[in-house]
Amino acid sequence: MEETVQQYTSVFAKPKNLRRRKIVNSTMLFLCVVAAIISILPLFYIFFYTTKSGISSLNWDFFTQMPKPVGEAGGGMANGIIGTLILVSLGSVIGIPVGVMAGIYVTEYSGGLFSNLVKFVTDVLSGVPSIIIGIFAYGVIVIPMQGFSTIAGSFALGILMVPTITRITEEMLKLVPQSLREASLALGVSRWKTTLQIVLRTASGGIITGILLAIARAAGETAPLLFTAFGNRFWSTDLNQPIASLPVQIFNYAISPFEDWHNQAWAGALVLILLVFVVNLIVRIVTRDKFANKV
Amino acid sequence: MEEEKLNIISLPVEDDKEIIPEMEVIEAEQGGREFEVETKNLSVSFNGRPAISDINLSVRKQTATAIIGPSGCGKSTFLRALNFMHDMIPKSKVTGEIIINKHSISEYDTVDLRKKVGMVFQKPNPFPKMSIFENVVSGLKMNGNKDKKNLNEVAENCLKHAGLWEEVKDRLKEPAVSLSGGQQQRLCIARTIAVSPEIILMDEPTSALDPISTQKIEELIFNLKKEFTILVVTHNMQQAARVSDHTAFFYMGKLVEYSRTRRMFTNPKEKLTEEYITGKFG
Ligand SMILES: Nc1ncnc2c1ncn2[C@@H]1O[C@H](COP(=O)(O)OP(=O)(O)OP(=O)(O)O)[C@@H](O)[C@H]1O
Ligand SMILES: [Mg+2]
Repeated sequence: MEETVQQYTSVFAKPKNLRRRKIVNSTMLFLCVVAAIISILPLFYIFFYTTKSGISSLNWDFFTQMPKPVGEAGGGMANGIIGTLILVSLGSVIGIPVGVMAGIYVTEYSGGLFSNLVKFVTDVLSGVPSIIIGIFAYGVIVIPMQGFSTIAGSFALGILMVPTITRITEEMLKLVPQSLREASLALGVSRWKTTLQIVLRTASGGIITGILLAIARAAGETAPLLFTAFGNRFWSTDLNQPIASLPVQIFNYAISPFEDWHNQAWAGALVLILLVFVVNLIVRIVTRDKFANKV
Repeated sequence: MEEEKLNIISLPVEDDKEIIPEMEVIEAEQGGREFEVETKNLSVSFNGRPAISDINLSVRKQTATAIIGPSGCGKSTFLRALNFMHDMIPKSKVTGEIIINKHSISEYDTVDLRKKVGMVFQKPNPFPKMSIFENVVSGLKMNGNKDKKNLNEVAENCLKHAGLWEEVKDRLKEPAVSLSGGQQQRLCIARTIAVSPEIILMDEPTSALDPISTQKIEELIFNLKKEFTILVVTHNMQQAARVSDHTAFFYMGKLVEYSRTRRMFTNPKEKLTEEYITGKFG
């Protein structure tokens, strides 16, 4: 009895190094808070600065008008906005299925040399500078087609999306417990239905996040478009013709000597950020998990 | 009650001298019910290392068979072989013969076979993105049944069967993972019987559950065997004694003893079995 009491008191007794522990504790907490603030600062700064510089040029005309010839004031980037939407949509049509299916293959259907090769190559590919992806698209599409085109630009963006989507799909599918696959198979459900309706569905939240990241990145890419979609000062939705895009237009305006164009470049940047944000929001709402708040 | 049975083991029993082969006793007792599951020299190896070897075991229709044995002796391996689950595992090799319903397993399409042979796992594993209702009918739905009325009927039936209906009838649309562990396991049983299998394999179905939930599942097994043939792996001797008609004792990948449960627990033939069920090792 005596002994137990002794033990309890020793548990509750003040440890000798309590002061030191408290100091270490609060220092670490402080450092983490500082790091967290540093990580969100750039975004706020970018958003604030872009809004401040671009808002003056952001009006209805910006969305509906074509660029005006050099020297004339006003005009907008309607062609760039539509161009970016077309390029990113077509790029997604290429990048999402290839990325997701490659991810499925690597996790669900193989384990051998080929799957390791695919993993290795996608890792390398995601580290390749985007301009090189552009050169690749130039080589395989622009040269044979003898001209810059929307198709070439979309292809470049699609290729750019593949490694991100493949990797995230793979990581998310790996998190799905084996027991769910077995439960489904044990119900007499075929392998591919299990993959689609159980495994993919269970992992869908994470995969969608990955796809959105890839889309956001593709939407902002300039380099791979420079010698594929090229850019176009005129209205065009012809897939075989060069097409305008926001990033390329921002780039061209930003390096110009005209104050007016600089402002438009800022407005373009703001629109690009908002575009990514809106796409994000829409996809989140459309694909939201009906049980998200219930568990 | 169970304690008593276990104590008898140390007493000499005249039954000891009985020479009737065990299978014949089982046959006589079951009144010539047909065999539902038979294995002949069934062996499974992983990476060339045998996990079970030469298992010969026959189970009759609508009986419950318990599979006991120390950890790693191959109980799960045996059970999963009956369901073709090993073809998910690379470098696994299954030899010998499995006969389900008088047909060799090789005559079945894997997917069709699994519709006949359902499985309940150690850890409750409801599909997380599905509601309670969707979980129960998931097997039917994924195989193309879109008849709403029929699905509703099946769901109610199976949940009643699994003793879960009263607890969930007002919350069928809620996520399955919001249920307690014991309820989830009964939901998994409902999900399994929804595809109307003939055989249900259960791998330690209660080892993750509290005593009350365990008791509910045990009662369920006892009732289910009126319609289904059940093979249940368990580490719990009392559970084996309570729910099963026959018990198979595995040790190091071999089937050591297979007999009526009552006999196994009162008068085991093998010394090894006796030592295991009295808790001398395991
Ligand atoms: N997927 C696998 N790959 C390699 N070896 C395996 C695999 N599954 C099982 N084994 C081996 O097979 C043997 C039998 O395992 P099994 O899971 O059947 O045992 P068990 O009797 O179910 O044990 P427990 O009571 O702990 O569940 C073990 O030696 C195990 O290491
Ligand atoms: Mg096991």
